[in-house]
Amino acid sequence: MQKPLLELSNIEAYYGPILAVQGISLQIPEGSIVTLLGSNGAGKSTILKAISGVVEPQKGTIRFDGKNLIGMEPDQIVNLGLLHVPEGREVFPFLSVRENLLLGAFRHHNRDQARGDLERMYAYFPVLRERLAQPAQSLSGGEQQMLAIARALMARPRLLLLDEPSLGLSPRLVSEIFAIIRRICTEAGTTILLVEQNAHKALEIADYGYVVENGRIVMEGAARELAEKPDIREFYLGKKDASVRGGHRWKRKKLWR
Amino acid sequence: MQGLIEFTQMIISGVATGCIYAIVALGFVLIYKASEIVNFAQGDLMMLGAFLGFSFITLLGMPFYLGLGLALVCMALIGALLDRVVLRPMAGQPVFAIVIITIGIGFVIRSIVISIPGWGTETYGIDTPYSGGVTSLGGLVISNEHLAIIAATLLLVIVLYLFFRFTMLGVAMQATSQNQLAAYYVGVPVKSILSMIWAISAATAALVGILLAPITFVHVNMGFIGLKAFPAAVIGGFGSLPGAIVGGLIIGVVEALAGFYLPEGFKDVAAYVLMLVVLAIRPKGLFAQSVAKKV
Repeated sequence: MQKPLLELSNIEAYYGPILAVQGISLQIPEGSIVTLLGSNGAGKSTILKAISGVVEPQKGTIRFDGKNLIGMEPDQIVNLGLLHVPEGREVFPFLSVRENLLLGAFRHHNRDQARGDLERMYAYFPVLRERLAQPAQSLSGGEQQMLAIARALMARPRLLLLDEPSLGLSPRLVSEIFAIIRRICTEAGTTILLVEQNAHKALEIADYGYVVENGRIVMEGAARELAEKPDIREFYLGKKDASVRGGHRWKRKKLWR
Repeated sequence: MQGLIEFTQMIISGVATGCIYAIVALGFVLIYKASEIVNFAQGDLMMLGAFLGFSFITLLGMPFYLGLGLALVCMALIGALLDRVVLRPMAGQPVFAIVIITIGIGFVIRSIVISIPGWGTETYGIDTPYSGGVTSLGGLVISNEHLAIIAATLLLVIVLYLFFRFTMLGVAMQATSQNQLAAYYVGVPVKSILSMIWAISAATAALVGILLAPITFVHVNMGFIGLKAFPAAVIGGFGSLPGAIVGGLIIGVVEALAGFYLPEGFKDVAAYVLMLVVLAIRPKGLFAQSVAKKV
Protein backbone atom coordinates (compact mmCIF):
# COMPACT_ATOMS: atom_id res chain seq x y z
CA MET A 1 0.00 0.00 0.00
CA GLN A 2 1.23 3.49 -0.83
CA LYS A 3 2.20 5.90 1.92
CA PRO A 4 -0.88 7.75 3.20
CA LEU A 5 -1.14 11.51 2.61
CA LEU A 6 -2.73 11.99 6.00
CA GLU A 7 -2.28 9.74 8.96
CA LEU A 8 -3.92 10.10 12.38
CA SER A 9 -2.79 7.91 15.18
CA ASN A 10 -4.42 7.71 18.58
CA ILE A 11 -6.03 11.13 18.50
CA GLU A 12 -7.87 12.23 21.62
CA ALA A 13 -9.64 15.56 21.55
CA TYR A 14 -12.19 17.45 23.62
CA TYR A 15 -15.23 19.30 22.36
CA GLY A 16 -15.63 21.77 25.20
CA PRO A 17 -15.56 19.64 28.36
CA ILE A 18 -16.53 16.45 26.54
CA LEU A 19 -14.01 13.92 25.35
CA ALA A 20 -15.42 13.77 21.83
CA VAL A 21 -12.69 11.79 20.13
CA GLN A 22 -11.04 8.86 21.90
CA GLY A 23 -8.12 7.20 20.23
CA ILE A 24 -8.90 7.64 16.57
CA SER A 25 -6.43 6.29 14.03
CA LEU A 26 -7.01 6.57 10.33
CA GLN A 27 -5.18 6.83 7.06
CA ILE A 28 -5.99 8.61 3.86
CA PRO A 29 -4.14 7.51 0.73
CA GLU A 30 -3.29 10.21 -1.80
CA GLY A 31 -5.84 10.69 -4.58
CA SER A 32 -8.70 8.92 -2.86
CA ILE A 33 -11.97 9.89 -1.27
CA VAL A 34 -12.33 8.65 2.29
CA THR A 35 -15.55 9.15 4.18
CA LEU A 36 -16.27 9.31 7.89
CA LEU A 37 -19.76 8.14 8.71
CA GLY A 38 -21.58 8.32 11.97
CA SER A 39 -24.55 9.84 13.69
CA ASN A 40 -24.88 13.28 15.24
CA GLY A 41 -22.33 13.94 17.95
CA ALA A 42 -20.20 10.94 17.06
CA GLY A 43 -17.10 13.14 16.96
CA LYS A 44 -16.70 13.44 13.22
CA SER A 45 -16.48 17.22 13.09
CA THR A 46 -14.06 17.30 16.02
CA ILE A 47 -11.74 15.00 14.09
CA LEU A 48 -11.75 17.43 11.17
CA LYS A 49 -11.16 20.39 13.47
CA ALA A 50 -8.22 18.61 15.06
CA ILE A 51 -6.73 18.02 11.61
CA SER A 52 -7.12 21.64 10.51
CA GLY A 53 -5.68 22.99 13.76
CA VAL A 54 -8.81 24.67 15.11
CA VAL A 55 -8.98 22.18 17.97
CA GLU A 56 -5.81 21.06 19.70
CA PRO A 57 -5.84 17.31 20.35
CA GLN A 58 -4.83 16.14 23.82
CA LYS A 59 -2.95 13.11 22.61
CA GLY A 60 -1.79 11.47 19.43
CA THR A 61 -0.13 12.55 16.23
CA ILE A 62 -1.41 13.88 12.93
CA ARG A 63 0.97 13.56 10.01
CA PHE A 64 0.30 15.26 6.72
CA ASP A 65 2.76 14.32 3.99
CA GLY A 66 5.20 13.29 6.72
CA LYS A 67 4.94 16.55 8.72
CA ASN A 68 3.48 16.58 12.20
CA LEU A 69 0.59 19.07 12.34
CA ILE A 70 0.16 19.14 16.12
CA GLY A 71 0.75 22.62 17.52
CA MET A 72 0.61 24.36 14.15
CA GLU A 73 -1.62 27.41 13.57
CA PRO A 74 -4.62 26.95 11.25
CA ASP A 75 -3.17 29.30 8.64
CA GLN A 76 0.14 27.40 8.60
CA ILE A 77 -1.77 24.18 8.01
CA VAL A 78 -3.65 25.81 5.13
CA ASN A 79 -0.28 26.80 3.71
CA LEU A 80 0.64 23.13 3.51
CA GLY A 81 -2.35 22.62 1.21
CA LEU A 82 -4.82 21.21 3.70
CA LEU A 83 -8.17 22.98 3.39
CA HIS A 84 -11.20 22.54 5.64
CA VAL A 85 -14.71 23.39 4.47
CA PRO A 86 -16.57 23.57 7.78
CA GLU A 87 -20.14 22.60 8.41
CA GLY A 88 -22.75 25.27 7.85
CA ARG A 89 -21.38 27.20 4.85
CA GLU A 90 -19.14 29.68 6.54
CA VAL A 91 -18.97 32.35 3.86
CA PHE A 92 -18.08 36.02 4.24
CA PRO A 93 -21.61 37.46 4.14
CA PHE A 94 -20.95 41.03 2.96
CA LEU A 95 -18.19 40.27 0.48
CA SER A 96 -19.07 39.49 -3.10
CA VAL A 97 -18.91 35.96 -4.43
CA ARG A 98 -15.81 36.90 -6.40
CA GLU A 99 -14.08 38.36 -3.31
CA ASN A 100 -14.97 35.26 -1.34
CA LEU A 101 -13.36 33.11 -4.00
CA LEU A 102 -10.26 35.28 -4.30
CA LEU A 103 -9.75 35.04 -0.55
CA GLY A 104 -9.47 31.31 -1.05
CA ALA A 105 -6.34 32.02 -3.06
CA PHE A 106 -4.94 34.12 -0.21
CA ARG A 107 -2.09 31.71 0.37
CA HIS A 108 -0.77 32.00 -3.21
CA HIS A 109 -1.75 35.54 -3.94
CA ASN A 110 -0.82 35.22 -7.57
CA ARG A 111 -3.31 37.21 -9.62
CA ASP A 112 -2.91 35.40 -12.94
CA GLN A 113 -3.12 32.01 -11.36
CA ALA A 114 -6.14 33.06 -9.30
CA ARG A 115 -7.89 34.34 -12.44
CA GLY A 116 -7.40 30.97 -14.14
CA ASP A 117 -8.63 29.16 -11.05
CA LEU A 118 -11.74 31.37 -10.96
CA GLU A 119 -12.58 30.11 -14.46
CA ARG A 120 -12.17 26.51 -13.30
CA MET A 121 -14.52 27.16 -10.38
CA TYR A 122 -17.14 28.61 -12.73
CA ALA A 123 -16.81 25.46 -14.80
CA TYR A 124 -17.49 23.31 -11.73
CA PHE A 125 -20.21 25.61 -10.37
CA PRO A 126 -21.75 27.63 -13.23
CA VAL A 127 -24.24 29.26 -10.88
CA LEU A 128 -21.42 31.14 -9.14
CA ARG A 129 -20.57 32.98 -12.36
CA GLU A 130 -24.11 34.38 -12.45
CA ARG A 131 -23.82 35.56 -8.85
CA LEU A 132 -20.31 36.99 -9.19
CA ALA A 133 -20.94 40.49 -7.87
CA GLN A 134 -23.61 39.63 -5.31
CA PRO A 135 -22.85 39.58 -1.61
CA ALA A 136 -22.49 35.99 -0.43
CA GLN A 137 -25.33 36.35 2.06
CA SER A 138 -27.82 36.78 -0.79
CA LEU A 139 -27.06 33.28 -2.07
CA SER A 140 -29.26 30.30 -1.36
CA GLY A 141 -28.03 27.59 0.99
CA GLY A 142 -26.93 25.33 -1.82
CA GLU A 143 -25.13 28.14 -3.59
CA GLN A 144 -23.35 29.10 -0.38
CA GLN A 145 -22.22 25.50 0.05
CA MET A 146 -20.88 25.53 -3.51
CA LEU A 147 -19.16 28.83 -2.80
CA ALA A 148 -17.54 27.42 0.34
CA ILE A 149 -16.23 24.40 -1.55
CA ALA A 150 -15.06 26.50 -4.49
CA ARG A 151 -13.33 28.93 -2.13
CA ALA A 152 -11.36 26.08 -0.60
CA LEU A 153 -10.47 24.76 -4.07
CA MET A 154 -9.08 28.18 -4.97
CA ALA A 155 -6.24 27.40 -2.58
CA ARG A 156 -5.32 24.40 -4.78
CA PRO A 157 -5.52 22.00 -1.86
CA ARG A 158 -3.81 18.64 -1.78
CA LEU A 159 -6.29 17.46 0.82
CA LEU A 160 -9.81 18.79 1.17
CA LEU A 161 -11.79 18.21 4.38
CA LEU A 162 -15.52 18.47 3.71
CA ASP A 163 -17.85 18.62 6.70
CA GLU A 164 -21.45 17.68 5.87
CA PRO A 165 -21.68 19.28 2.43
CA SER A 166 -25.19 17.87 2.03
CA LEU A 167 -26.59 19.47 5.19
CA GLY A 168 -29.92 21.13 4.57
CA LEU A 169 -29.83 20.77 0.79
CA SER A 170 -32.44 19.36 -1.52
CA PRO A 171 -31.81 15.80 -2.78
CA ARG A 172 -31.19 17.04 -6.31
CA LEU A 173 -28.59 19.55 -5.09
CA VAL A 174 -26.95 16.88 -2.96
CA SER A 175 -26.51 14.62 -5.99
CA GLU A 176 -25.13 17.55 -7.95
CA ILE A 177 -22.61 18.49 -5.26
CA PHE A 178 -21.49 14.91 -4.71
CA ALA A 179 -20.94 14.42 -8.43
CA ILE A 180 -18.75 17.51 -8.41
CA ILE A 181 -16.81 16.24 -5.40
CA ARG A 182 -16.06 13.04 -7.29
CA ARG A 183 -14.97 15.09 -10.33
CA ILE A 184 -12.67 17.23 -8.21
CA CYS A 185 -10.92 14.11 -6.96
CA THR A 186 -10.66 12.49 -10.39
CA GLU A 187 -9.79 15.57 -12.43
CA ALA A 188 -7.62 17.59 -10.06
CA GLY A 189 -6.22 14.66 -8.11
CA THR A 190 -7.36 16.26 -4.86
CA THR A 191 -7.54 13.88 -1.92
CA ILE A 192 -10.80 14.27 -0.02
CA LEU A 193 -11.91 13.43 3.49
CA LEU A 194 -15.67 13.59 3.53
CA VAL A 195 -17.70 13.70 6.73
CA GLU A 196 -21.31 12.84 6.13
CA GLN A 197 -24.53 11.77 7.72
CA ASN A 198 -25.90 10.94 4.30
CA ALA A 199 -24.13 7.56 4.24
CA HIS A 200 -25.83 6.42 1.08
CA LYS A 201 -24.47 9.28 -1.02
CA ALA A 202 -21.10 9.29 0.67
CA LEU A 203 -20.47 5.57 0.09
CA GLU A 204 -21.45 6.01 -3.54
CA ILE A 205 -18.52 8.31 -4.30
CA ALA A 206 -15.99 7.25 -1.66
CA ASP A 207 -13.22 4.70 -2.01
CA TYR A 208 -12.92 3.86 1.66
CA GLY A 209 -14.98 4.51 4.73
CA TYR A 210 -14.76 4.66 8.50
CA VAL A 211 -17.72 4.47 10.84
CA VAL A 212 -17.39 6.61 13.97
CA GLU A 213 -19.57 6.17 17.02
CA ASN A 214 -19.03 7.75 20.45
CA GLY A 215 -15.65 9.08 19.41
CA ARG A 216 -14.29 5.72 18.31
CA ILE A 217 -13.89 4.01 14.99
CA VAL A 218 -16.14 0.99 15.11
CA MET A 219 -15.89 -0.24 11.54
CA GLU A 220 -13.87 0.42 8.44
CA GLY A 221 -13.54 -0.94 4.97
CA ALA A 222 -13.72 -0.31 1.27
CA ALA A 223 -16.79 1.78 0.51
CA ARG A 224 -18.36 -0.94 -1.60
CA GLU A 225 -17.98 -3.53 1.13
CA LEU A 226 -19.30 -1.19 3.80
CA ALA A 227 -22.38 -0.50 1.74
CA GLU A 228 -23.08 -4.22 1.70
CA LYS A 229 -22.75 -4.82 5.43
CA PRO A 230 -26.09 -5.51 7.08
CA ASP A 231 -25.49 -3.15 10.01
CA ILE A 232 -24.59 -0.28 7.76
CA ARG A 233 -27.49 -1.03 5.48
CA GLU A 234 -29.90 -0.99 8.34
CA PHE A 235 -28.70 1.84 10.54
CA TYR A 236 -27.14 4.25 8.07
CA LEU A 237 -28.77 3.45 4.76
CA GLY A 238 -32.19 2.70 6.16
CA LYS A 239 -32.53 -0.41 4.04
CA LYS A 240 -33.95 -3.49 5.61
CA ASP A 241 -32.94 -6.80 4.12
CA ALA A 242 -35.73 -9.19 3.56
CA SER A 243 -34.47 -11.74 6.00
CA VAL A 244 -36.11 -14.06 8.48
CA ARG A 245 -35.19 -11.60 11.17
CA GLY A 246 -36.91 -8.84 9.32
CA GLY A 247 -39.85 -8.90 11.65
CA HIS A 248 -37.74 -8.73 14.80
CA ARG A 249 -36.12 -5.42 14.23
CA TRP A 250 -36.52 -4.30 17.83
CA LYS A 251 -34.24 -7.05 18.96
CA ARG A 252 -31.40 -5.93 16.76
CA LYS A 253 -28.92 -3.47 18.11
CA LYS A 254 -25.88 -1.92 16.64
CA LEU A 255 -23.35 -4.65 17.23
CA TRP A 256 -20.71 -2.34 18.59
CA ARG A 257 -22.69 -0.75 21.33
CA MET B 1 -27.78 87.53 4.90
CA GLN B 2 -25.63 87.97 7.95
CA GLY B 3 -27.53 85.18 9.61
CA LEU B 4 -26.96 82.84 6.70
CA ILE B 5 -23.24 83.46 6.68
CA GLU B 6 -23.13 82.96 10.40
CA PHE B 7 -25.03 79.71 9.98
CA THR B 8 -22.70 78.45 7.24
CA GLN B 9 -19.72 79.42 9.33
CA MET B 10 -21.15 77.42 12.16
CA ILE B 11 -21.73 74.41 9.92
CA ILE B 12 -18.15 74.49 8.65
CA SER B 13 -16.62 74.62 12.08
CA GLY B 14 -19.04 71.88 13.12
CA VAL B 15 -17.91 69.75 10.21
CA ALA B 16 -14.29 70.25 11.21
CA THR B 17 -14.97 69.19 14.81
CA GLY B 18 -17.12 66.40 13.43
CA CYS B 19 -14.18 65.15 11.38
CA ILE B 20 -12.19 64.78 14.57
CA TYR B 21 -14.98 62.77 16.19
CA ALA B 22 -15.33 60.82 12.97
CA ILE B 23 -11.73 59.65 12.86
CA VAL B 24 -11.70 58.69 16.52
CA ALA B 25 -14.98 56.83 15.95
CA LEU B 26 -13.39 55.16 12.94
CA GLY B 27 -10.68 53.86 15.25
CA PHE B 28 -13.32 52.48 17.62
CA VAL B 29 -15.23 50.82 14.82
CA LEU B 30 -12.19 49.30 13.08
CA ILE B 31 -11.24 47.42 16.21
CA TYR B 32 -14.80 46.59 17.18
CA LYS B 33 -15.61 45.14 13.79
CA ALA B 34 -12.55 42.97 13.75
CA SER B 35 -12.59 41.68 17.30
CA GLU B 36 -15.83 42.82 18.99
CA ILE B 37 -13.72 44.74 21.47
CA VAL B 38 -14.68 48.31 22.29
CA ASN B 39 -11.33 49.97 22.74
CA PHE B 40 -11.80 52.58 25.43
CA ALA B 41 -8.14 53.53 25.14
CA GLN B 42 -8.74 55.03 21.70
CA GLY B 43 -8.78 58.60 23.06
CA ASP B 44 -5.61 57.99 25.04
CA LEU B 45 -3.89 56.55 21.98
CA MET B 46 -4.80 59.80 20.28
CA MET B 47 -3.28 61.77 23.14
CA LEU B 48 -0.11 59.67 23.02
CA GLY B 49 0.11 60.26 19.28
CA ALA B 50 -0.22 63.98 19.82
CA PHE B 51 2.58 63.92 22.41
CA LEU B 52 4.80 61.97 20.02
CA GLY B 53 4.06 64.52 17.29
CA PHE B 54 4.79 67.34 19.73
CA SER B 55 8.13 65.72 20.66
CA PHE B 56 9.22 65.12 17.09
CA ILE B 57 8.10 68.49 15.72
CA THR B 58 8.48 70.94 18.58
CA LEU B 59 11.09 69.36 20.88
CA LEU B 60 13.31 67.78 18.22
CA GLY B 61 12.60 70.42 15.58
CA MET B 62 11.74 68.08 12.75
CA PRO B 63 9.84 69.39 9.73
CA PHE B 64 6.08 69.11 10.35
CA TYR B 65 5.26 66.44 7.80
CA LEU B 66 8.26 64.30 8.72
CA GLY B 67 7.30 64.49 12.40
CA LEU B 68 3.69 63.69 11.55
CA GLY B 69 4.70 60.67 9.49
CA LEU B 70 7.08 59.43 12.15
CA ALA B 71 4.41 59.79 14.86
CA LEU B 72 1.99 57.78 12.72
CA VAL B 73 4.54 55.01 12.22
CA CYS B 74 5.43 54.92 15.92
CA MET B 75 1.77 54.76 16.92
CA ALA B 76 1.12 52.00 14.40
CA LEU B 77 3.91 49.99 16.02
CA ILE B 78 2.57 50.74 19.49
CA GLY B 79 -0.93 49.67 18.39
CA ALA B 80 0.34 46.39 16.97
CA LEU B 81 2.44 45.82 20.07
CA LEU B 82 -0.55 46.42 22.37
CA ASP B 83 -2.49 43.81 20.46
CA ARG B 84 0.37 41.34 20.47
CA VAL B 85 1.36 41.74 24.12
CA VAL B 86 -1.87 42.64 25.92
CA LEU B 87 -4.84 41.55 23.86
CA ARG B 88 -3.77 38.42 22.01
CA PRO B 89 -3.16 36.49 25.25
CA MET B 90 -6.70 37.48 26.27
CA ALA B 91 -8.28 35.84 23.22
CA GLY B 92 -11.15 33.60 24.24
CA GLN B 93 -11.80 35.45 27.50
CA PRO B 94 -15.16 37.16 28.05
CA VAL B 95 -15.48 40.36 26.03
CA PHE B 96 -16.22 42.51 29.09
CA ALA B 97 -12.90 41.50 30.64
CA ILE B 98 -11.09 42.59 27.52
CA VAL B 99 -13.00 45.86 27.43
CA ILE B 100 -12.00 46.58 31.02
CA ILE B 101 -8.41 45.91 30.02
CA THR B 102 -8.65 48.58 27.34
CA ILE B 103 -9.78 51.03 30.03
CA GLY B 104 -6.71 49.96 31.98
CA ILE B 105 -4.52 50.57 28.94
CA GLY B 106 -5.92 54.11 28.84
CA PHE B 107 -4.94 54.74 32.46
CA VAL B 108 -1.48 53.32 31.92
CA ILE B 109 -0.89 55.52 28.89
CA ARG B 110 -1.96 58.59 30.87
CA SER B 111 0.33 57.83 33.80
CA ILE B 112 3.25 57.12 31.50
CA VAL B 113 2.73 60.42 29.72
CA ILE B 114 2.57 62.28 33.03
CA SER B 115 5.78 60.69 34.28
CA ILE B 116 7.89 61.40 31.20
CA PRO B 117 10.06 64.50 31.68
CA GLY B 118 9.19 67.19 29.14
CA TRP B 119 5.63 65.87 28.75
CA GLY B 120 3.84 65.85 32.11
CA THR B 121 0.60 67.65 32.78
CA GLU B 122 1.43 70.91 30.98
CA THR B 123 -0.31 72.13 27.87
CA TYR B 124 1.70 72.37 24.66
CA GLY B 125 1.14 73.47 21.12
CA ILE B 126 2.44 72.14 17.84
CA ASP B 127 3.49 74.60 15.15
CA THR B 128 2.15 73.62 11.80
CA PRO B 129 3.06 75.18 8.45
CA TYR B 130 -0.55 76.22 8.07
CA SER B 131 -1.30 77.54 11.58
CA GLY B 132 -2.73 80.94 12.14
CA GLY B 133 -3.83 81.70 8.60
CA VAL B 134 -7.37 81.95 7.33
CA THR B 135 -8.96 81.34 3.98
CA SER B 136 -11.70 83.75 2.90
CA LEU B 137 -14.41 82.54 0.64
CA GLY B 138 -17.05 85.12 -0.17
CA GLY B 139 -18.13 86.33 3.24
CA LEU B 140 -16.90 83.17 4.93
CA VAL B 141 -13.72 83.01 6.91
CA ILE B 142 -12.36 79.54 7.48
CA SER B 143 -9.34 78.91 9.64
CA ASN B 144 -6.59 76.86 8.08
CA GLU B 145 -6.64 74.41 10.96
CA HIS B 146 -10.22 73.57 10.17
CA LEU B 147 -9.47 73.25 6.47
CA ALA B 148 -6.53 70.97 7.21
CA ILE B 149 -8.70 68.73 9.38
CA ILE B 150 -11.38 68.44 6.71
CA ALA B 151 -8.84 67.78 3.96
CA ALA B 152 -6.95 65.19 6.01
CA THR B 153 -10.18 63.40 6.91
CA LEU B 154 -11.21 63.31 3.28
CA LEU B 155 -7.83 61.92 2.31
CA LEU B 156 -7.91 59.31 5.08
CA VAL B 157 -11.38 58.16 4.09
CA ILE B 158 -10.34 57.80 0.45
CA VAL B 159 -7.15 55.91 1.32
CA LEU B 160 -8.97 53.56 3.70
CA TYR B 161 -11.75 53.00 1.16
CA LEU B 162 -9.28 52.07 -1.58
CA PHE B 163 -7.33 49.88 0.83
CA PHE B 164 -10.31 47.91 2.11
CA ARG B 165 -11.99 47.67 -1.27
CA PHE B 166 -9.17 46.87 -3.64
CA THR B 167 -6.21 45.31 -1.85
CA MET B 168 -6.10 41.64 -0.96
CA LEU B 169 -4.99 42.53 2.56
CA GLY B 170 -7.90 44.95 2.98
CA VAL B 171 -10.39 42.37 1.75
CA ALA B 172 -8.86 39.82 4.12
CA MET B 173 -9.39 42.31 6.98
CA GLN B 174 -13.04 42.67 6.01
CA ALA B 175 -13.32 38.91 5.83
CA THR B 176 -11.79 38.53 9.27
CA SER B 177 -14.29 40.96 10.73
CA GLN B 178 -17.26 39.27 9.02
CA ASN B 179 -16.49 35.67 9.89
CA GLN B 180 -13.36 35.06 11.88
CA LEU B 181 -13.69 31.29 11.88
CA ALA B 182 -14.05 31.14 8.11
CA ALA B 183 -11.03 33.41 7.80
CA TYR B 184 -9.02 30.86 9.76
CA TYR B 185 -10.27 28.11 7.47
CA VAL B 186 -9.19 29.85 4.27
CA GLY B 187 -5.74 30.45 5.69
CA VAL B 188 -5.90 34.15 6.52
CA PRO B 189 -3.39 34.74 9.32
CA VAL B 190 -6.10 36.08 11.59
CA LYS B 191 -3.86 36.98 14.52
CA SER B 192 -1.50 39.09 12.42
CA ILE B 193 -4.49 40.71 10.74
CA LEU B 194 -5.84 41.77 14.14
CA SER B 195 -2.48 43.30 15.02
CA MET B 196 -2.50 45.20 11.74
CA ILE B 197 -5.97 46.52 12.45
CA TRP B 198 -4.78 47.78 15.83
CA ALA B 199 -1.86 49.40 14.03
CA ILE B 200 -4.15 51.20 11.58
CA SER B 201 -6.48 52.25 14.38
CA ALA B 202 -3.64 53.65 16.52
CA ALA B 203 -2.15 55.47 13.54
CA THR B 204 -5.46 57.16 12.73
CA ALA B 205 -5.65 58.14 16.40
CA ALA B 206 -2.24 59.79 16.13
CA LEU B 207 -3.37 61.64 13.01
CA VAL B 208 -6.35 63.11 14.86
CA GLY B 209 -4.22 64.00 17.84
CA ILE B 210 -1.82 66.02 15.74
CA LEU B 211 -4.57 67.65 13.67
CA LEU B 212 -6.31 68.66 16.86
CA ALA B 213 -3.15 69.99 18.52
CA PRO B 214 -3.26 73.51 17.06
CA ILE B 215 -6.89 73.89 18.23
CA THR B 216 -7.17 72.32 21.67
CA PHE B 217 -3.44 71.99 22.39
CA VAL B 218 -1.65 68.88 23.56
CA HIS B 219 -2.31 67.82 27.11
CA VAL B 220 -2.75 64.64 29.01
CA ASN B 221 -6.53 64.77 29.16
CA MET B 222 -7.19 65.55 25.51
CA GLY B 223 -8.14 61.90 25.05
CA PHE B 224 -11.49 62.50 26.71
CA ILE B 225 -12.72 63.58 23.31
CA GLY B 226 -13.15 59.84 22.85
CA LEU B 227 -16.26 60.18 24.99
CA LYS B 228 -17.81 62.31 22.23
CA ALA B 229 -16.61 60.04 19.48
CA PHE B 230 -18.32 57.12 21.16
CA PRO B 231 -21.86 58.39 20.47
CA ALA B 232 -20.69 59.15 16.93
CA ALA B 233 -19.83 55.50 16.43
CA VAL B 234 -23.10 54.41 18.04
CA ILE B 235 -25.18 56.71 15.83
CA GLY B 236 -23.46 55.28 12.80
CA GLY B 237 -24.25 51.73 13.82
CA PHE B 238 -21.01 50.78 15.62
CA GLY B 239 -19.96 48.36 12.97
CA SER B 240 -19.98 50.51 9.93
CA LEU B 241 -17.03 52.63 8.81
CA PRO B 242 -19.14 55.03 6.72
CA GLY B 243 -21.51 55.15 9.69
CA ALA B 244 -18.70 56.30 11.98
CA ILE B 245 -17.81 59.12 9.59
CA VAL B 246 -21.40 60.26 9.14
CA GLY B 247 -22.08 59.89 12.87
CA GLY B 248 -19.04 62.04 13.66
CA LEU B 249 -20.07 64.74 11.23
CA ILE B 250 -23.64 64.82 12.53
CA ILE B 251 -22.46 65.19 16.11
CA GLY B 252 -19.97 67.87 15.20
CA VAL B 253 -22.54 69.96 13.36
CA VAL B 254 -25.30 69.51 15.92
CA GLU B 255 -22.92 70.43 18.69
CA ALA B 256 -21.81 73.58 16.91
CA LEU B 257 -25.39 74.66 16.26
CA ALA B 258 -26.47 73.83 19.80
CA GLY B 259 -23.58 75.84 21.16
CA PHE B 260 -24.64 78.87 19.17
CA TYR B 261 -28.42 78.81 19.19
CA LEU B 262 -29.24 77.07 22.47
CA PRO B 263 -28.57 78.21 26.03
CA GLU B 264 -25.22 77.46 27.56
CA GLY B 265 -24.62 73.88 28.59
CA PHE B 266 -26.59 72.28 25.77
CA LYS B 267 -23.48 71.97 23.64
CA ASP B 268 -21.97 69.31 25.84
CA VAL B 269 -25.04 67.13 26.09
CA ALA B 270 -26.10 67.53 22.47
CA ALA B 271 -24.10 64.49 21.35
CA TYR B 272 -25.74 62.23 23.91
CA VAL B 273 -29.24 63.57 23.37
CA LEU B 274 -28.78 62.95 19.67
CA MET B 275 -27.54 59.44 20.35
CA LEU B 276 -30.62 58.67 22.45
CA VAL B 277 -32.92 60.04 19.76
CA VAL B 278 -31.25 58.00 17.02
CA LEU B 279 -31.30 54.86 19.15
CA ALA B 280 -34.98 55.36 19.91
CA ILE B 281 -35.81 55.60 16.22
CA ARG B 282 -33.25 53.18 14.76
CA PRO B 283 -31.95 50.94 17.55
CA LYS B 284 -29.18 49.54 15.37
CA GLY B 285 -27.88 52.92 14.28
CA LEU B 286 -28.07 54.57 10.92
CA PHE B 287 -25.81 52.28 8.92
CA ALA B 288 -26.10 48.92 10.61
CA GLN B 289 -25.27 45.91 8.49
CA SER B 290 -27.35 42.92 9.33
CA VAL B 291 -26.80 39.31 8.49
CA ALA B 292 -29.86 37.48 7.34
CA LYS B 293 -30.51 34.69 9.80
CA LYS B 294 -29.40 31.32 8.57
CA VAL B 295 -32.22 28.89 8.06
